Amino acid sequence: MTGLLRFLEHHALLYRRTWKGSMFVSFISPLLFLGAMGFGLGSLISRGPVGTVDGVTYVAFLGPGLLAATTMQTAYVEATYPILAKIQWLRTYDGMLATPLTIGNVVSGELTWMAFRLMMAAVTFFIVMVLFGLIHSPLAALAILVAIVNGLAFGAPILAFTATQHTDSAFSVIGRFLITPLFLLGGAFFPIHQLPKLLQDLAWLTPLAHAVTLARGLTTGHVASSAAIDMLVLLGYAAIGLVAATITMRRRLSK
Amino acid sequence: MVRSSTDAAALVHARGLTKHFGALVAVNGIDFDVARGEAFGFLGPNGAGKTSTMRMINCVSAPSAGELSVLGLNPVTDGPRIRARLGVVPQADTLDTELRVDENLYTYARYFDMPRALARQRTRELLEFVQLTDRAHDEVEPLSGGMKRRLTIARALVNEPELLLLDEPTTGLDPQARHLVWDRLYRLKQQGVTIVLTTHYMDEAEQLCDRLVIMDKARIVAEGSPRRLIDEYSTREVLELRFAIDARPGLDGKLAGVADRVELLPDRVLLYTHDGEAAAAALHGRGVRPESTLIRRSTLEDVFLRLTGRSLIE
Repeated sequence: MTGLLRFLEHHALLYRRTWKGSMFVSFISPLLFLGAMGFGLGSLISRGPVGTVDGVTYVAFLGPGLLAATTMQTAYVEATYPILAKIQWLRTYDGMLATPLTIGNVVSGELTWMAFRLMMAAVTFFIVMVLFGLIHSPLAALAILVAIVNGLAFGAPILAFTATQHTDSAFSVIGRFLITPLFLLGGAFFPIHQLPKLLQDLAWLTPLAHAVTLARGLTTGHVASSAAIDMLVLLGYAAIGLVAATITMRRRLSK
Repeated sequence: MVRSSTDAAALVHARGLTKHFGALVAVNGIDFDVARGEAFGFLGPNGAGKTSTMRMINCVSAPSAGELSVLGLNPVTDGPRIRARLGVVPQADTLDTELRVDENLYTYARYFDMPRALARQRTRELLEFVQLTDRAHDEVEPLSGGMKRRLTIARALVNEPELLLLDEPTTGLDPQARHLVWDRLYRLKQQGVTIVLTTHYMDEAEQLCDRLVIMDKARIVAEGSPRRLIDEYSTREVLELRFAIDARPGLDGKLAGVADRVELLPDRVLLYTHDGEAAAAALHGRGVRPESTLIRRSTLEDVFLRLTGRSLIE
């Protein structure tokens, strides 16, 4: 436990210098997306023949979807380049592992820190949703928790993968073929049931579709009966990722 | 060396220590003991197994076979407890380039769970010790190679280690920077810190080590103090001759019997003898006319050449 705290202290020291910038970014991004897509595009939809998406205004539909998609993206960035840098380019972990800190501390520390970063991003996003009048019940704040767990469901397995890499070339592949398609097609911008059947099935294999469904249910007040299963899927991905990351990091760092 | 009585008190004790990486045997059944207060060296060319041995001692890499104890503990099961009492200077600097010079020491002290006030005090003392006080608030990246090395050494001393492990502490440094590092290490040795270092510089081993082992191809090929190794495996003096390229053929016959042993290297001829002057005179008498002649004392390089038939730095 002490080792974990000491590990986090290192992150905290660096974060003290960068938190303003990263908060600004996590504030501006939802502002732009919800403004342009939610209200801009949303006004077209509201004037259309149906006027709503799945029974709510487009911006109310989009907000929780983007909240989940945002933590997915944050987790992807946090679990790739900075981790490989500390393994290989800067060899920060080698330095740490010459002290009482352990590889277990490194893995749990990185994931704990990732959860903190995800929380900051999710809370900021949620505040923007409140400002836009999209939140009507205190229960909706649970969507923040969903977004954090969703981030870990992506971040932990990606961290495990990063520990097996020697160059960063695979990271852009993950970005292009997993993260960006999921961001666009994974249920944030339009309902998954509008996708062709094959893509629908694929989408439900990823954590994002479950996180979007959960978050949307919480903020629009229509929690589905399958919510427990959605949460279990997210926790399952995170747990498997944690175990895998422990194995691959141990293999990588104890040569 | 008196074995049985000192072994129990050895800070590092290895018997049949072996490390495989797949099919590659990096360390092949080596035995050694490091006593408290001594400066112990692993000398050998790149790829001899020095770094793999160091990584087993600092509990990063688990031995594939054999016995190893560090500070009387098992590196596989007691890693954190051992590392709490070790100082490690790795081959490549692992300084945190996102942190300032003083922050590098402070955060490192915190990894050892040192209270904040004490961590700040140690930071000040160590910056003083490695003569970096005036760079305390600078970024790490613009520092020279020698300064970074000194900072890495300071960082390894933050927990007042009983055992300091240095993997090629001065490789790549200019002569002035090397001497500054040696001076600091010498002071630590005088303070009673046990030092284990690897090097492929024989002058470094001669300067710093009370005792050393010579490694080649994953094995230990000789062990002793620098002086004893030289006495045992080399002669008192060495006569170095350089010839014009076309003068080399047909020399062999003329060199016979002048020295105890002759080494023909690509760029020069080494004659091992107790009296360099006499050997040079004898050759002159036989009509041998080298381009240049140098008489010097034997070094560990000569020992290595004798034991392996190869030059240490290839």
